[in-house]
Amino acid sequence: MTTAAHAGDGPDTLAKLLAHNAAVHGDRPAYREKEFGIWQTDTWAGSAEKVRALGLGLLATGLRRHAHVAIIGSNRPDLYRAMVAVQCAGGIPVPLYQDAVAEEMAYVLGHCGAELAIVEDQEQVDKLLSISDQTPALQGILYLDPRGLRKYDHSRLRAFHEVEELGRQHAAEHAAVLDAIISGTTGRDTCVMLYTSGTTGKPKGVVLSHDNIIRTARASAEFDHLGPRDSVLAYLPMAWVGDFIFSMGQAYCTGFCVCCPESAETMQADMREIGPSYFFAPPRFFEGLLTSVTIRMEDAGALKKRLFRHYMAVARRVGPALLDGRPVSLADRLRYRLGALLVYEPLKNALGLSRVRVGYTAGEAIGPEIFDFYRALGINLKQLYGQTEASVFITQQPDGEVHADTVGVPSPGVELRIGENGEVYYRSPGTFVEYYHNPQSTADTKDAHGWVATGDAGFIEPETGHLRIIDRAKDVGKMAEGSLFAPKYVENKLKFFPDILEAVVFGNGRAECTAFLNIDLGAVGNWAERNNIAYASYQELAGHPRVLETLAAHVAEVNRSLAADPMLSACQVHRFLVLHKELDADDGELTRTRKVRRRIIEERYAVLIEGLYSGAHRVFVETAVTYEDGRQGTISATLEIREAKTFPVASPGRAAA
Amino acid sequence: MRDTATVEPMLDIRNITLRFGGVVAIRDISFDIRQGEIRAIIGPNGAGKSSMLNVINGFYHPQEGEIWFRGKRRGPMRPHEIARQGLARTFQNIALFKGMTTLDNIMTGRMTRMRSSMLEQALWWGRAEREENAHREKVERIIDFLEIQSIRKTPVGRLPYGLQKRVELGRALAAEPELLLLDEPMAGMNVEEKEDMSRFILDVNDEFGTTIALIEHDMGVVMDISDRVVVLDYGRKIGDGTPDEVRNNPDVIDAYLGVSHD
Repeated sequence: MTTAAHAGDGPDTLAKLLAHNAAVHGDRPAYREKEFGIWQTDTWAGSAEKVRALGLGLLATGLRRHAHVAIIGSNRPDLYRAMVAVQCAGGIPVPLYQDAVAEEMAYVLGHCGAELAIVEDQEQVDKLLSISDQTPALQGILYLDPRGLRKYDHSRLRAFHEVEELGRQHAAEHAAVLDAIISGTTGRDTCVMLYTSGTTGKPKGVVLSHDNIIRTARASAEFDHLGPRDSVLAYLPMAWVGDFIFSMGQAYCTGFCVCCPESAETMQADMREIGPSYFFAPPRFFEGLLTSVTIRMEDAGALKKRLFRHYMAVARRVGPALLDGRPVSLADRLRYRLGALLVYEPLKNALGLSRVRVGYTAGEAIGPEIFDFYRALGINLKQLYGQTEASVFITQQPDGEVHADTVGVPSPGVELRIGENGEVYYRSPGTFVEYYHNPQSTADTKDAHGWVATGDAGFIEPETGHLRIIDRAKDVGKMAEGSLFAPKYVENKLKFFPDILEAVVFGNGRAECTAFLNIDLGAVGNWAERNNIAYASYQELAGHPRVLETLAAHVAEVNRSLAADPMLSACQVHRFLVLHKELDADDGELTRTRKVRRRIIEERYAVLIEGLYSGAHRVFVETAVTYEDGRQGTISATLEIREAKTFPVASPGRAAA
Repeated sequence: MRDTATVEPMLDIRNITLRFGGVVAIRDISFDIRQGEIRAIIGPNGAGKSSMLNVINGFYHPQEGEIWFRGKRRGPMRPHEIARQGLARTFQNIALFKGMTTLDNIMTGRMTRMRSSMLEQALWWGRAEREENAHREKVERIIDFLEIQSIRKTPVGRLPYGLQKRVELGRALAAEPELLLLDEPMAGMNVEEKEDMSRFILDVNDEFGTTIALIEHDMGVVMDISDRVVVLDYGRKIGDGTPDEVRNNPDVIDAYLGVSHD
């Protein structure tokens, strides 16, 4: 590993960047947070003062050097600042997923031996107290919101702002130590530790250095010309590497403003008010938004409906070409202008997307219709491909080179290689240092030359040079007769239907593919209401014969498109069933970032898979579920198994029949 | 058990009897409510719970007995006069303005505290503007406290029942009462909504130091969150004490649970 270890030019740690920002654009907003119904702004200079105060306070309370400090809560400026304050005091911040149940937290806290936790509210305090016997290292908890905590035993608890105040009062005693730590920390030191959600096995602690974060953030910010006038909405979990890169790395490198919504439920309304210029969301978000637009347009008056249909057709034809800078006729330009005035701009405004200059989606494949919808409106939505171990960026789409089915070209500074088995490897300045306390996994993932295996199978399209991802490398299998089995590819095709929220396809080593489906309650519920179909529960709606018919048609549609692809035509889904409950992260069926955990689902629902392959028409199942408060219960159901129409493999003329 | 109750009674009810014509709704009942406690009034249907609450907030005038509030005997008063004294309540059947937003509904709870004249408010000038801003801030704090930011601008009629109950609690809190009367705050709620409401009641008591008197059907909830419980049956008081004392009181078991001893 001979690559230069320093972050090019400029400050090499977040703390130094903060000082730089406070000096260069101290009066510009660093954070906005909606509180008590009003957006409150804090400047870079103000933030620098608060970080310093908390850093001093942490020293005053005796935080040890290199101690791990858990950060748990929703996106709050105080929690973002706390991460830098921890670094200033010589500790390492470890943000955790705030909706994780106590047992999951116990594992992570135990694994990193966190000594202090900085949390948002009573909910998190309760969780930590309930697992205190499993986390002996955890000596203190700082909380932001005192509500409900007044009568708690305060021997280990302390108010966040009290520690800030403590820092201000004892500034003189600890300032020298704090300054020495800040100036003594370099780009090689650990910036943050993030736990991967882990589609397989226990979460792993990914150690990222300041160099990893800052070099990646700087390069990607330049790639998209981000500057201090941009703003983002920070609403994705703080424990997720993307949020750390966008809301910390890029924000500190460029000095743009991070806006925190009032609560998860108000995010849409808050987004309208803020109008971010740089926006990231998983495909699920864009799907949901499009579904709600479609539903609302169905309810609109005839004139509005016609206007919408007509101008969306114009937009789909002209919009992407305009965005990519391809030639467009004057007549079409004028039509698009008129459409913008009547439909696109008002719609974008309603969605809070008016000012988005750069939008990214990643994590899962996005449906081409969904992707095109936003691009047709003139929103520069692009895809990127990344992972925690790479400090996010592996590939991304440059402006003007955007395709729905690829994930773009290697990001600045990233080298890419496709292995013999089709697996994608990369090497980059953002490549993680190690998995914490797990040299075995580190060695398995990262070789001596710094190449990291992504675990995804893909190839580089010869004509465009863009990377295309097929599936998880380990999920790609063989059907009984030897052809390729790529479940995720099929699942994504299924999920592009708004009615289908989640799909799990089986068939590795078998003669035929089968699938579990989850209906989308919003879309299907609305359809049911429209068609006078009464239902009392999710389960009842999911099992309704007409819903099953609709889904059978969707599956047949997917089969038809698969039949046209000689490589994947064997993956057609022959039989399917609709699950009686939504797959849920609380039951371990999805990761916290909502990726399907295939092996766990195969174990839990073995009886259903058996049913799919036994030729039965009905199958009974009983499942243990975990409620939001952590209690356990069971639900049972008899599920109907449906056959789906399949298509003969591809001579193109017949497949279209 | 919680140790909130100080000795001084905030409200002292002495030998109250309330009749409607020949019907005796409440017969010679005495109990007190102490500063800072959560006091429950329970009893089977028709026991006189709601009548008792209406006596406390001055809607009914009892024929006999005395009510002492903060060491002073309270004469006959109109409900709004009593509201000024620091009492607020919620209702068994939600009594919100259905067409108005959550925010506006809670703002109405600040009415008793508004000082500017109707003309000033209509012109929204000077004192009225300053006043409204100050009140809005208080209301926003309540919205934050009750975690109803996402429905701030939603007309109340469109909200599910559990949330309407929460908005109603918000309106009562907006008056910054010293004594909060809750008439069946959990009626018709599912388990999760009940848990939420219980937590809010405890938090109100904790954070604002508000004394709370509540009527409730759900024994489980009452026993969990109350400091002291008074039990009524057919207009009489048959039990009074901590949840444990009440739970073990044979009269209460007979009357309320209808269980026979063997």
